[in-house]
Amino acid sequence: MKTKNRDSTIREVRSSLSEGSLTLPGLVDYYLSRIRENAHLNAFIEVFSEEALAAANVIQEKIEQGTAGKLAGLVIGIKDNICYRDHRVAASSRMLDGFVSVYSSTVVERLLQEDAIIIGRLNCDEFAMGASNETSFYGPVLNAADTTRVPGGSSGGSAVAVQAGLCHAALGTDTGGSVRQPAAFCGIVGLKPTYGRVSRKGVIAYASSFDQVGPLTRSVEDAALILEVIAGPDPGDSTSSPREVPAYSQSLQQEGTRRIAYLKEALDSPGLDSGVRQCMEQQIARLRSEGHTVEGCDFPYLDYVVPTYYILSMAEASSNLARYDGVHYGYRSPLADSLESTYKKSRTEGFGEEVKRRIMLGTFVLSAGYYEAYYSKAQKVRRLIRDALSGLLANYDFILLPTTPTPAFRFGEKIDDPVVMYLGDIFTVQASLAGLPAISIPAGNHPDGLPVGMQLIGRKFGEADLLSFAHRIF
Amino acid sequence: MRVSKSTVEKMAHLARLEVENMEKMQEDMSRILDFMDKLNELDTDQVAPLIYLNDEVNVTRPDETGEELSREDALKNAPDTDGTFFKVAKVIDL
Repeated sequence: MKTKNRDSTIREVRSSLSEGSLTLPGLVDYYLSRIRENAHLNAFIEVFSEEALAAANVIQEKIEQGTAGKLAGLVIGIKDNICYRDHRVAASSRMLDGFVSVYSSTVVERLLQEDAIIIGRLNCDEFAMGASNETSFYGPVLNAADTTRVPGGSSGGSAVAVQAGLCHAALGTDTGGSVRQPAAFCGIVGLKPTYGRVSRKGVIAYASSFDQVGPLTRSVEDAALILEVIAGPDPGDSTSSPREVPAYSQSLQQEGTRRIAYLKEALDSPGLDSGVRQCMEQQIARLRSEGHTVEGCDFPYLDYVVPTYYILSMAEASSNLARYDGVHYGYRSPLADSLESTYKKSRTEGFGEEVKRRIMLGTFVLSAGYYEAYYSKAQKVRRLIRDALSGLLANYDFILLPTTPTPAFRFGEKIDDPVVMYLGDIFTVQASLAGLPAISIPAGNHPDGLPVGMQLIGRKFGEADLLSFAHRIF
Repeated sequence: MRVSKSTVEKMAHLARLEVENMEKMQEDMSRILDFMDKLNELDTDQVAPLIYLNDEVNVTRPDETGEELSREDALKNAPDTDGTFFKVAKVIDL
């Protein structure tokens, strides 16, 4: 029974709970023991053991009385940049080590309202800045498929917790690929919703015109159900869309053939690993054999997406992270002896190297004399990229891309060269720049055995369509 | 472009940071900015910057005080307080 749980959907777990073949306290115990056995993976920063067990007893009773919410039976972990009242949250940074949330994020409130059990907080890159989980103050997370390799990032702990069966699903955040890329590296499903679909209230800000919360799951069905609960307008986030949230989990059955574009420049890219290319070609052939139209399209901006993304995200980061001043909350240097040294020493000691590099460059591209040449230029190119993708999506239902140019790389392989690390985001940042929904689903294994992810980008607020198609092909 | 030491110092001051390894910061910033300079290949004279991703123009609410943090909660995570206010090093010498 236990091993079978790992591959069950939330719906199946719920039906086992209703039938009585499984109890919720038993399920939570099972995950707690999995977490203990796999402590070496370093996926969890903190486990809410007693609280999860207490909630399990309460929700078990609700299930028996027929009053349980939609997510009763879901045991979920949350990335360490999502606030949960009276619980610690640190964005995996020394700056916030020991910080206790004084309110909950909207996504956490919505999960709890539907009786999900939050089992702990998950390791990630510091302030979600990284693609390998190597920038975390709490140390790297190991990829369970091969522990000499990175889990991806920044939601590395979220991906590994699901991959290794330490919890049923996890929430991550995706700014330039931070849900999709680790999902691809760990062989699971990762969804980045349309910008504005999910409230960002209570999510520690990195780059506010990109950040979105998204689920990491084993099945598309679970991603659909979780999105359905966390999405929707929120007075606490003025960028959250007032659009109604469809019942994604109820509209997964889809028929008919679809039109899919792949980007020629992506599949011909010299940086694309041959094993990943092979997986994509197999998927394209398979989709065609199932009757779908899959056509190669030109996308002349591929070489521009990564620099555009980094100019804008670093600018936004430098502004967002100005709030860490050593005064109101967070780390204060013991060497601070004036107001200015409180700021400077606290920030210098509290932030890690990658975070400081991004703040410095973000400050540079926003500074007088460089603003037009970098920041404003990137905002213009962002429009070109968004319009090009919208143009493709006027003719096609989805855009297909590999999620990553290579499978999971080894620890230390890229961390010394930021540009090499940034280039790994080449296939995920276009959806982020355009604010479009995108999902990564497992697309088979690389010849060396590592998981490979395939990405589908959908139309703006087209999650229902995107999820039902992904459900059908995975 | 090669980022000079004085530019790094100026940015560090604006960002309220200290630079621990000047040479490495100069090298990293120069390399990353060279990479960003790629955008100059594109003609964007006729392109308006894309600033907001949302379709909504304005989102307003009634001007009423809503959920607020209590003083206790607001001070809870502060490095130093006197129980009523945040405490910082002395700013003005009297």
